[in-house]
Amino acid sequence: MPTVSMTVNGKSVSADVEPRTLLVQYLREHLSLTGTHVGCDTSQCGACVVHVDGVSVKSCTMLAAQADGAEVVTIEGLDDNGTLHPMQEAFRDNHGLQCGFCTPGMVMSALDLVKNNPSPSEQDVRDWLEGNICRCTGYHNIVKSIQAGAAAMRG
Amino acid sequence: MYSFNHQLPNSVAAASSALGSADDGKFLAGGMTLLPTMKQRLASPSDLIDLAGIGDLVGISDSGDGVVIKAMTTHAAVAGSSVVQAKIPALAALAGGIGDPAVRNRGTIGGSVANNDPAADYPAACLGLGATIVTNKREIGADDFFTGLFETALEEDEVITEVRFPAAQKAAYQKFENPASRYAIVGVFVAQTAGGARVAVTGASQDGVGRISEMEQALGGNWSADAVANIDVPADGLNTDIHASAAYRAHLVTTMAKRAIAAAG
Ligand SMILES: Cc1cc2nc3c(=O)[nH]c(=O)nc-3n(C[C@H](O)[C@H](O)[C@H](O)COP(=O)(O)OP(=O)(O)OC[C@H]3O[C@@H](n4cnc5c(N)ncnc54)[C@H](O)[C@@H]3O)c2cc1C
Ligand code: FES
Ligand code: FES
Repeated sequence: MPTVSMTVNGKSVSADVEPRTLLVQYLREHLSLTGTHVGCDTSQCGACVVHVDGVSVKSCTMLAAQADGAEVVTIEGLDDNGTLHPMQEAFRDNHGLQCGFCTPGMVMSALDLVKNNPSPSEQDVRDWLEGNICRCTGYHNIVKSIQAGAAAMRG
Repeated sequence: MYSFNHQLPNSVAAASSALGSADDGKFLAGGMTLLPTMKQRLASPSDLIDLAGIGDLVGISDSGDGVVIKAMTTHAAVAGSSVVQAKIPALAALAGGIGDPAVRNRGTIGGSVANNDPAADYPAACLGLGATIVTNKREIGADDFFTGLFETALEEDEVITEVRFPAAQKAAYQKFENPASRYAIVGVFVAQTAGGARVAVTGASQDGVGRISEMEQALGGNWSADAVANIDVPADGLNTDIHASAAYRAHLVTTMAKRAIAAAG
């Protein structure tokens, strides 16, 4: 089996995996990073969004082999020694989740948005979340959370 | 997903010959179409020939009278390119409207054009602007490239290396999108080019992307939304599915064409 090596949340990891191993399977099943979720098999829901080399990708639609040599950040990589990232804190403060299944993907997508757009308008957030589906909240509080998280990150 | 071999050649020539020697090989670009298809076991190639190891397939350049976009350039890169925004703003906007941000970060122009999904956006831009698709073997005009539903003029081991788009005097794209996937239910790309007006439609026809000559002729003498307002597109041969009937799609073609012409100015 081919070997893949990458950096995940700052740590170097390496494993022999079948070529058909998806990045999300590698994260969840080999590294036990189960914060990244799988909500669909059509690449539409965004529960699996992680950052690969600084941009958001759907880890259910990328082979682990395609991330060979890459820098990967998952939801588990955001906190600072147990202190939530401001974007995570904003989701908690603004009731931006109910069941929480979509939340890791929402947070990772949100962080990719605010990297290039530190003060997103409501419409910017709604457009950006096109590929993130939530069955619970109706999105209103997610949008509020992301705007609040962006404000907290601006300081 | 069934198992397969993953190969990472470092040149176009090596990729083409790897495909030639594989049992049932497929090129892999962004994987945004191929991997979901394989996950659903609708495709089971023996080998994926990954084009990501070829250094020379990414980038956008100004060709003077247009832009050249290499095959592995992502939709996000095209949408954010200052060159494309300046030369063909309609093309940058089209790329920025494909799918969602995560799809745009991985999906490539080469993959989209090679796949020729009947509801995809790039084929409409290629046909609407009269682009040239360049491969490791030849140059193919857009009019000869898209041959039917998911069908193109590409041979099995032929790799798209770049797409050359001539700039137009005016151009715009309008799509009526599926709210879940953002694929086009109907999308119309209009352009006023040196060779005359061009109108390309995606999403509507059972034969995939195509041009509407009646609208092009009407626009030749009078570039205005009014010129096409009374052209009724026949519903025969248009798609009917859970999203829209053929009759509704026929109506949308004229509506989207009018909006695109108005947007092009
Ligand atoms: C949720 C979702 C929403 C989407 N929404 C839209 C949308 O709104 N509009 C739209 O147009 N598309 C949409 N797409 C499709 C997306 O644009 C894909 O990126 C694109 O169709 C395929 O590009 P790719 O690079 O991912 O190719 P891949 O999936 O890797 O490959 C697709 C096909 O092209 C072949 N191929 C790839 N590169 C080359 C090459 N250089 N030469 C020869 N053959 C090649 C492959 O062998 C394969 O058969 C969506 C996809 C998803 C998952
Ligand atoms: S699990 Fe990746 S998009 Fe749904
Ligand atoms: S909080 Fe339940 S899916 Fe979004």
